Amino acid sequence: MNTESGPRFEPAVGRYLNLEVAGTPHRIYVEEAGQGIALLCLHTAGSDGRQYRGLMNDDALTQRFRVIAFDLPWHGKSSPPAGWQTGAYRLTSDAYLATILAVVDALRLDRPICLGCSIGGRIVLHLALAHARRFRALIGLESAAHADAYYDLDWLHRPDVHGGEVCGAMVSGLIAPTAPLAERWETIWHYMQGGPGVFKGDLYFYTADGDVRDRVAEIDTGACPLYLLTGEYDYSCTPADTLELARRIKGAKVVIMEKLGHFPMSEEPARFLGYLRPLLQEIEDAGR
Amino acid sequence: MRDALDGLPALANAEPWLIDRGRFLEVTFLCAVGPASYLIHIHRGRLEAVEKGPFVQPRWTFALSASEAAWREFWQPVPRPGCHDLIAMLKTRQLRLEGDQHPFMANLRYFKELLALPRAAVAGV
Repeated sequence: MNTESGPRFEPAVGRYLNLEVAGTPHRIYVEEAGQGIALLCLHTAGSDGRQYRGLMNDDALTQRFRVIAFDLPWHGKSSPPAGWQTGAYRLTSDAYLATILAVVDALRLDRPICLGCSIGGRIVLHLALAHARRFRALIGLESAAHADAYYDLDWLHRPDVHGGEVCGAMVSGLIAPTAPLAERWETIWHYMQGGPGVFKGDLYFYTADGDVRDRVAEIDTGACPLYLLTGEYDYSCTPADTLELARRIKGAKVVIMEKLGHFPMSEEPARFLGYLRPLLQEIEDAGR
Repeated sequence: MRDALDGLPALANAEPWLIDRGRFLEVTFLCAVGPASYLIHIHRGRLEAVEKGPFVQPRWTFALSASEAAWREFWQPVPRPGCHDLIAMLKTRQLRLEGDQHPFMANLRYFKELLALPRAAVAGV
């Protein structure tokens, strides 16, 4: 190894951003790499922005796109707000939207592409409904208008079950069995590091508050293009769920991804990029 | 394929990391493969015994039941979507979980890894 060439840093740089969301001060961790069209990436429930490491480390992508990922409050290196110790964390549609728009404003992003996975794939539908003109394009990964809880969510947060262990084990099957082991276990590790009750609190949005089944037909893809990509091994948001969503939104473009599950950007970034690149090219070519 | 569970103690007890992961585990659970049932006895993470039914008065803490076809698919080297994971099989209603679920959930990774062990054996790895 050539030690004279200096430390082998990855291109991503991270900083802490101070901002207010609905009047509450927050300290939010933001990471980014690259230059060009802003590509704002939203992590899944109970995880954090590290899920986008594969995108930030892809030279071809970062030569043309400024890839940005922030950790939601309570997640990753973002703090919970002061006073959290006597409250229960529950993500709502309003709070999620307000946080995303506060970050877009604070970073002065001009019509970024927003790409979100799982809860992020849900909130892009809310963005499409309420804030379409603020975005160049929206990309929903593992996106459905609603998801039913298929197990008792209380298992995720109780003193007689280790939260990190159960959250990691619960999501492990959402990763395709073909995923490379290192990426699989990195993805699971992020879940194991989540704060007590945070994954469960996010799933309040995913399984209850964020339900947009009765509104998705109103999405205007003429105002902002919408892409929906779902992995074939995802049993939380299944390919059938996404196909049904796409059927109800005129102009939505849908891709079912082989050998990928619920965390495509993290479980096998190289395979996912094979699906993402043509969409980004299309968005770039549209020059909107 | 039913005999996949007969070979489970040899597979599990050869994995020190799995035994260590289950070191606080004392449980007997029932695993039903179609009409065949097995009682799997675990002591400090080691598989003490696998008893093959039929049983007259089985005693167990929790039970996992699926059809022979569903388990056969689960034990493929690369199972098809929906059969690739215990929770996936629960979601798709192919697996039934009964009884006291606490030891199962508190040791979820252990049980997922344990019951997937026949996969490598089937694949000859």
